[in-house]
Amino acid sequence: MTDIAAPPARTPSSPGPRAGGPLRNRLLGRNPIGSLFALPYMVFVAVIFAFPLGFACYIAFHDYFFTAPGVEVERPFVGLDNFADVLTDPQVLESFRNTAVFLVINVPLTAVGALVLASALNAGIRWAAAFRVAFYVPYLTASVSLVGVWMLLFSSGGLVNSVLGPLAPDPSWLVNSALAMPSIALYVTWKQLGFYILLYLAALQNIPSELHESAATDGATTLQRFRHVTIPGVRSATTLVLILAIITGANLFTEPYLLTNGGGPDGASTTPVLLIYQQGIQQQNPDTASAIGMLLVIAVGLLSLTANRLTRET
Amino acid sequence: MTRTTTWWRYVLLAAAAIVFAFPFYFMVVGAFQENPTNTPDEMFPISGWTFGNFTAINARIDLLGSLANSLIFTAGVLLGTVTFGLLAGYALARLDFRGKSATWVLMMLVQMVPFQLLMIPLYVQITRSYGLGDTYLGMILPFGINTTAVFIFTQFFKALPKEMFEAARIDGASELRILRSVAVPMVRPALVTVVLVTFIGPWNEFLWPFLITKDTSLQPLAVSLANYISNAAQSTANPNGAILAGATALAFPVVILFLLFQRYFTASDIGAAVKG
Repeated sequence: MTDIAAPPARTPSSPGPRAGGPLRNRLLGRNPIGSLFALPYMVFVAVIFAFPLGFACYIAFHDYFFTAPGVEVERPFVGLDNFADVLTDPQVLESFRNTAVFLVINVPLTAVGALVLASALNAGIRWAAAFRVAFYVPYLTASVSLVGVWMLLFSSGGLVNSVLGPLAPDPSWLVNSALAMPSIALYVTWKQLGFYILLYLAALQNIPSELHESAATDGATTLQRFRHVTIPGVRSATTLVLILAIITGANLFTEPYLLTNGGGPDGASTTPVLLIYQQGIQQQNPDTASAIGMLLVIAVGLLSLTANRLTRET
Repeated sequence: MTRTTTWWRYVLLAAAAIVFAFPFYFMVVGAFQENPTNTPDEMFPISGWTFGNFTAINARIDLLGSLANSLIFTAGVLLGTVTFGLLAGYALARLDFRGKSATWVLMMLVQMVPFQLLMIPLYVQITRSYGLGDTYLGMILPFGINTTAVFIFTQFFKALPKEMFEAARIDGASELRILRSVAVPMVRPALVTVVLVTFIGPWNEFLWPFLITKDTSLQPLAVSLANYISNAAQSTANPNGAILAGATALAFPVVILFLLFQRYFTASDIGAAVKG
């Protein structure tokens, strides 16, 4: 192993590390042992991500079904049939509509809330660390725990309704088909906000303080400085926040599964991932489930591109 | 900043902090109450304290067994991530080898593909092809090496001075030895960050262990608590108290770890890891 460790640049035949060196170095790199170090990770990614990704596409384009292990059966190629089935399934269309409702509430609320709280935290105030912890703890905590708490808080006779008194919605939040999805959107915004606050805090620290000072000298109010200095200054973080919020929102499972008891009432909070689970594993139709998954990824990709376009500097 | 412009920041932050912290207060107080309240005027109870809720939930889901399963699941992921993540991170940061750019491309792929798309093929692969349904290994495998951790290690190793490595190489140390005795001791903070970032993944994970464990004696607490919430809660005398007790047991290990080590958990690390 010592011959690998010796820097090749020291021999006269290889003038410098950038200039190539012996053939072996060009073929394997100067530290071939690096391949060995990276190998477990590469095998892991190949087995756990690359292969299933290809397999997901295969399943989506074939009439795929589960069999007993070792049984050879024909699974004919069916082209876009699975996609056609999925796109004419009212349940699937409803789940995508529900996701749209979720994103319309969650994404703007997340971006605005996180930026406002992050800039308030960034102004050199006291107890900033304690506030940060309070905002961050929901993000760290298991959704199953917090869903349990929210379920009780928002139940018919729960604390929220008893505070609202006569203003409490009827039927209550999680069993009301108009409010189920917005309730989930509020819950997820609350749970994830701390993470986005951290992202914005990192971006805010990169804005030179001279910009704020010179704007203040020119007589700009706090609000004007927020609009003309802060918002443009964190643009790339905003792109990231939007994209991550879209991805999170498109992948909801635990919340509709537990909070609204499996996407209820009457499918008003069904999400695509919940359907992937129900169709693929409960009803044993992995082919249509994979088609839903691929449509979801395409939709998320398009939305992310749009978010990227919208926040790009003009 | 003048005094008049700061007071509203405190009002805003304090109001937000109450909204963020209140459900935790409700959870912990309710977990120790004989009858968790649903009215605002009983929000500060002075009597009715009990451990009965923990006994009640323990009778239904084997609290300690579930916690042990969560711990095994998490420890397996941590072991894989730290061992292989350190190796991969070191190679990516400090070594020149064939396949380095391919490794970077794979890491990007992992960051972009949502786990949910892979759920069906992974389920088929792990339960049918490998026969790992209802095993710890099957639970751990998809989370085996945390890609965010590889990013964090790579960044920390890149930040170390080049001369240190050159000196060790001239002294004839093998790369494995350099990694063990030179590089790892220099990135202790990265190790803590990685352990924290990695810990919350499997500990809080619900979907995957839920899919592949039918055997209740293997289920981590997130899964058994979820099953309790959705099925069994109706048949308990004080279901609300029992749910809050289970929620507290699941939440607290992470909250305590975070409070102990929060200074290692900085915005720049997380931002850098996410952005790559």
